[in-house]
Amino acid sequence: MIEFKLPSLGADMDEGRLVEWKVKPGDPVKRGDVVAVVDTSKAAVDVEIWQEGIVQSLLVQPGETVPVGTVLALLSGEGEAAVVPAPAPSPARRPVSPLARKRARELGVDIERIEGTGPSGSVTEQDVARAAEASAPVDRQAQMRQAIAAAMSRSKREIPHYYLGETIPLATAAAWLTACNAERPVAERLLMAVLQLKAVALACREFPDMNGFWRDGAYVASSAIHPGVAISLRSGGLIAPAIHDAADKPLGTLMRDLTDLVRRARSGSLRSSELSEPTITVTNLGDQGVESVFGVIYPPQVALVGFGRIAERPWAENGSLSIRPTVSASLSADHRVSDGHRGALFLADIRELLQHPERL
Amino acid sequence: MDRDQIRTAVLACLKTIAPELEEAEIRADRPLRDQVDLDSMDWLNFLVALHQRLGVDIPESDYGKLSTWDAILAYLEAKLAA
Repeated sequence: MIEFKLPSLGADMDEGRLVEWKVKPGDPVKRGDVVAVVDTSKAAVDVEIWQEGIVQSLLVQPGETVPVGTVLALLSGEGEAAVVPAPAPSPARRPVSPLARKRARELGVDIERIEGTGPSGSVTEQDVARAAEASAPVDRQAQMRQAIAAAMSRSKREIPHYYLGETIPLATAAAWLTACNAERPVAERLLMAVLQLKAVALACREFPDMNGFWRDGAYVASSAIHPGVAISLRSGGLIAPAIHDAADKPLGTLMRDLTDLVRRARSGSLRSSELSEPTITVTNLGDQGVESVFGVIYPPQVALVGFGRIAERPWAENGSLSIRPTVSASLSADHRVSDGHRGALFLADIRELLQHPERL
Repeated sequence: MDRDQIRTAVLACLKTIAPELEEAEIRADRPLRDQVDLDSMDWLNFLVALHQRLGVDIPESDYGKLSTWDAILAYLEAKLAA
């Protein structure tokens, strides 16, 4: 029998509330299927399954909050006899104490939907109180702030950050982008943020010590390059879901993926793999006007690249002064994994890649 | 299309990006992107929505003409009348 467990969707997630099952006993599932919707402290997330089989039983019911790692469902795998689920028996009438019934009326809870824990399955006043608490409206902003606080506190407590900054000339990239966008319909235009994202992803190929995870006292480089993109939510807070295999994608595809990711992050329909798999974070606060960003690494990742505002600035080269568009790029990296020398080479690689936008 | 119809269409497009926005909150002569907190991606999505709704293609070279709410309405009015 295969156990389908609640996955961790980030360092800031300890538990999740099952909102909805997308499958029922008897359904076949394959890798990548969305099988459930789970509410985390940051968002409702479509949870994918990474095994194949037939759903045998659902062990957690919608509305229940369970810790990460809890078995949510059982599946039969290939070669295992599938058990056809028996029709559910008609529910027997359960005893309900008068006090519990009164309390349910006061709290506006449907007593028929409450699982009783008293003698013979009777519904007690405590059961009603628990059900009312579980159905109370979620203060999403407060939860998100708590989740960010927990993850960032852990980061600052555990990760010895070092920070580097680099001013990157963007005249070539900006001219290339202008020419490129002049040829494209508005819905297919590219943003400089996509060039920056691709440059970071390509640099990760050469610098595996920036792209991976610190786990159980050791660094494990990731063979995949899935940059997490920090996306601010209009209601407050932020989320940094992954764009998968960014180094392998052409800019047009990357732009479409980024547009889709931002839309889904803000409408609350991200997938579990997008939240659990970022291998490095890229944050861009240039639109907000800041010169540079020195970010806090999202554990268990080991690096974060930040970009500030693109603006025309004085630029000295070969003894002459000119005005060029530039951007301040920064690296926050984990000193347990890399040193400033490697970090400087990583940033220099990003700078070099952005001088050849046609190769991105 | 008259100015009121354009205004309604622009507001509808803007609300697809910033659903919490109320027209009364917009200062018509102030930079729109700062007021509504539109980043580059939001701005591009706003232009895509305008294109889909009004059929107007706005080149990047004209972005500078679209700084305020009033400027956007005037630009679209001229473009649609052309």
